[in-house]
Amino acid sequence: MPELRKTPMLDQLLDGPFPSFVKEIKKGAEKNEACNDLLGQLELSYEEKITHWKHGGIVGVTGYGGGVIGRYSDVPEQFPGLTEFHTMRVNQPAGWFYKTDRLRKLLDIWEKRGSGLTNFHGATGDIILLGTHTDELQNVADDLAHEGWDLGGSGSDLRTPSACVGPGRCEWACIDTLDIVDTLTRRYQNELHRPMWPYKFKIKISGCANDGVAAKARADCSIIGTWKDNIQVNRTEVVNYVNGGFDIIGQVVDKCPTKCISYNPVTKSLSIDDNNCVRCHNCINKMPKALRQGKINGATILIGGHAPILQSAFMSWVVVPFMEMKPPYTEISDLLEKIWEWWDENGKMRERTGELIYRLGMRSFLKATGLPAVPQMVLHPRTNPFFFWDKEEVNQ
Amino acid sequence: MPFIDVNGEQLEVDEDGFLQDPEKWNEDVAKYLAKTEQVEELTEEHWKMVNYLHDYFKKYQIAPMVRKLCKDNGMDLKKVYELFPTGPAKGACKIAGLPKPTGCV
Ligand code: HEM
Ligand code: HEM
Ligand code: SF4
Ligand code: SF4
Repeated sequence: MPELRKTPMLDQLLDGPFPSFVKEIKKGAEKNEACNDLLGQLELSYEEKITHWKHGGIVGVTGYGGGVIGRYSDVPEQFPGLTEFHTMRVNQPAGWFYKTDRLRKLLDIWEKRGSGLTNFHGATGDIILLGTHTDELQNVADDLAHEGWDLGGSGSDLRTPSACVGPGRCEWACIDTLDIVDTLTRRYQNELHRPMWPYKFKIKISGCANDGVAAKARADCSIIGTWKDNIQVNRTEVVNYVNGGFDIIGQVVDKCPTKCISYNPVTKSLSIDDNNCVRCHNCINKMPKALRQGKINGATILIGGHAPILQSAFMSWVVVPFMEMKPPYTEISDLLEKIWEWWDENGKMRERTGELIYRLGMRSFLKATGLPAVPQMVLHPRTNPFFFWDKEEVNQ
Repeated sequence: MPFIDVNGEQLEVDEDGFLQDPEKWNEDVAKYLAKTEQVEELTEEHWKMVNYLHDYFKKYQIAPMVRKLCKDNGMDLKKVYELFPTGPAKGACKIAGLPKPTGCV
């Protein structure tokens, strides 16, 4: 093993109270050449202010079109350990629950066949295995399969669906996020492993509007738990909060986005106009002992979130205000398949679903999916009442 | 960049084994590349796809999208993977002599 590379600039990132990737990669560098070279190349990039990774690469394993991301150094003479440094994505279990022996086995495989560096978990939700050689890819995939793991998505396919921990730990889960993510992942193996679309498609599932996996910002289809009936109010607990000095006006009433909560200081009672509540969850978060979600649960389905590529970043927006979420989840599957069909037929290369809706219009999207136009789809329904009907639908 | 040797001619390929100069492509090159992508023998069905891809690229300077490639050849994606186990992009396009599609992720 050659000497550890000198990395004065990177070393500054060791200072301070924060966790440091430099510290972690240095541990790897003691036993693995690629880790050592990775630090060296990054130091060089810091000096020259330019990346030393080549643009893209196409590598893979048999039968799969996704799951592996090809990476090559553009200065392999200087950093031979990075000549090939491919990333592999591994499908995470629902809710990120592991037994330690499973993790040990996974890491044994990766220390033997790759750099040993991992990222738990990537933005996609997958376990990210960072850095191995082309001729090890198939071996890694085989070893993983032998241990019951599978690769995740990459490229223009269904990305590994991901979900918040939901009912595994959390009292706010309105839907069984774990079962939904597991069901959809198994159902759409073909879409996940074999890129066939204009670009990527992400599904993220949060149990409630706290949106633990940031589904609204990061998924083409966000499935977010909600309720249909009224917020449950415990009057005694409301009084207890107020008597305890809780700022109910500042924290709850004034923060309600639709101003549908009112508070009577004389009777110390709270009342909610549930018809105007948009289920944002703020009031419940602020006084969890006094307020509970309703009892009729399901999900709101949103479409179109993604980071910038053809157009700017989008947040997803509502297309189905309330959908029941009971196994076998046929309704959401029907909708997803209709969306894919429409998008795949009409989308341009690298055009995400949300961008296609912008280009062809919401009307075209609604026609293709058979969804009814509802006020919840309008960006500012309380200030902008306009809906543009199709010509054929208007009596003239 | 590495080279491959087809009938004594040295052809440049990139690090993933994609041909650098599409002009240098011919039947023998396709046969050579096929072996690197787990296709032992190019059958009539293989050639149909390979020739289609090559012609498409010549005309449009870009690879067709997967849906189009399936439709135009009357094959579903499963069939494409049966013929080309490493997939349409890495397998079929490489054998057809297309340069590597670009993109990061
Ligand atoms: C110009 C080149 C690059 C661009 C434009 C780029 C862009 C991106 C983007 C947009 C993502 C998010 C993808 C997604 O969530 O679906 C991503 C993820 C990722 N990239 Fe890159 N990337 C580049 C180069 C690299 C290189 C050189 C490496 C490693 C050597 C790398 C490693 C990764 C990894 C490991 C992820 C997954 C991280 C996660 O899921 O949290 N990328 N990249
Ligand atoms: C401080 C700046 C930035 C941060 C922290 C950041 C962070 C991220 C994250 C976390 C993702 C993954 C989102 C996901 O899970 O889907 C992402 C995706 C992406 N980012 Fe950035 N980003 C930054 C700047 C940029 C810029 C300047 C560009 C382009 C000019 C860019 C292009 C992209 C693209 C194309 C994707 C993936 C596309 C997608 O998933 O829809 N990012 N970025
Ligand atoms: S999103 Fe909601 S249900 Fe999921 S973990 Fe967060 S608070 Fe709990
Ligand atoms: S959930 Fe949000 S919108 Fe509904 S009452 Fe509470 S604060 Fe208002």
